[in-house]
Amino acid sequence: MRNPQLNADGGLTHLLTLEGLPADVIRQILDTAIPFTSIAMRDVKKVPLLRGKAVFNLFFENSTRTRTTFEIAAKRLSADVINLNIGASSTSKGETLLDTVDNLVAMNADMFVVRHAQSGAPHLIAAHLNRTGRNHVHVVNAGDGRHAHPTQGLLDLFTIRHYKRDFRNLTVAIVGDVLHSRVARSLIHGLTTVGTPEVRAIGPQTLLPTALQALGVRVFNDMREGLKGCDVIVMLRLQSERMRGALLPSAGEFFKHYGLTPDKLAMAKPDAIVMHPGPMNRGVEIDSAVADGERSVILPQVTFGIAVRMAVLSIVAGN
Amino acid sequence: MTLPDAEQTLAALADRMRGAVAFDARFVGIYSGGAWVAERLAQMIPGEHPVGYIDVSFYRDDFHRKGLKPEVKRTELPFEVDGATIVLVDDVLYTGRSVRAAINELFDYGRPERIELAVLVDRGGRELPVEATYAGARLAVARELSVVLSRGADGRLLLSTEAVGAEQAAESPGA
Repeated sequence: MRNPQLNADGGLTHLLTLEGLPADVIRQILDTAIPFTSIAMRDVKKVPLLRGKAVFNLFFENSTRTRTTFEIAAKRLSADVINLNIGASSTSKGETLLDTVDNLVAMNADMFVVRHAQSGAPHLIAAHLNRTGRNHVHVVNAGDGRHAHPTQGLLDLFTIRHYKRDFRNLTVAIVGDVLHSRVARSLIHGLTTVGTPEVRAIGPQTLLPTALQALGVRVFNDMREGLKGCDVIVMLRLQSERMRGALLPSAGEFFKHYGLTPDKLAMAKPDAIVMHPGPMNRGVEIDSAVADGERSVILPQVTFGIAVRMAVLSIVAGN
Repeated sequence: MTLPDAEQTLAALADRMRGAVAFDARFVGIYSGGAWVAERLAQMIPGEHPVGYIDVSFYRDDFHRKGLKPEVKRTELPFEVDGATIVLVDDVLYTGRSVRAAINELFDYGRPERIELAVLVDRGGRELPVEATYAGARLAVARELSVVLSRGADGRLLLSTEAVGAEQAAESPGA
């Protein structure tokens, strides 16, 4: 079966996951994002590429940063953006996801940016559109359940490449609540595909999925040990809202062992960068001295995220 | 068909521009061939001519048919566009669509005082009301051929023709 994200020519037509996405497609997205970074510095912060296209933000799960950056990205491409407040809409009246999609396609939607608590929802929509011959409508996954958050993974790759030039010889550590993190999953697939020699996951055993080794990831339970020699440290948000049962004694206990403090950061390479997908829990997974410190690239990540999402929207719209 | 020598054509273009171009005109090359020509002209023509570069990919009128080309370069205009005299530089003037896109992009940086157009080769076949202010050579070329500028390792420019194929049409439409 063909990769449902790619068209017959191998071009990216939906972005659902970084898993199985060819390295040259990932590189094309990262390369295309570079010229988009300068648009924010111009008089007119817009290019006419998606003029007249209707982009629907379908957020079935709350998000401020991702929805806003997708909206900015689409607007800087001159698209019309329609934000649907799903909580207060037909879904709560019992309409199925695909019926909602069909209605929006009947309103001439050109693209859906989808966030959903259920893993696979964007895939379901894309497969439905492909099956019903509506290949001109594109789907971009903005985070689905615990599965994937491909644009976050791509903006993380873009940030790493920006500061470290390329992925060869890099050691990247992903720290904290890997179990609940679609960000971690997307980043691991992306890093592996572009040839990063060493990817590490650091966290308590209860917050690390069991299959990490199968993805080629080195697992550490001792954070100081795991940070030794790292070039890049990606801190994850502790997703307390997704936790059921006793995975952790307390947030304070977590910070003591897995919070990134200046003294733990000293274990990594002197020029290591610190990333975080946001929103940050200061004093839970990251100390303020690190979050606001000179090694932190957390705010540049947000800025790069707009350019990367512009690249994704314009590439899928053209295929 | 025989094409003129690119270096001689460049010299002819520079001759036409000397004395006619504003002393402080900014030269903006359209990627990729136009960028090479702009760099050479800036050295050949007296005056202060800072060089900028435009990639018109985000302004093309055939995006919905052809999508985005794989390697988009970064537009770099290292000077104030507002109030400037700008000479757009391209290698081959054909349909005029790239020039239209480049003019649109320039205006998103500011309001230039004046925009002129310098091209190495004008091959006719316009689809838009665009004309070159300065041209190195004017040729009639069959629709089946595209005129391509390349740059050797020694920096010398070379003109050649290629059959218009599907791949090429995607690479340099409206050149």
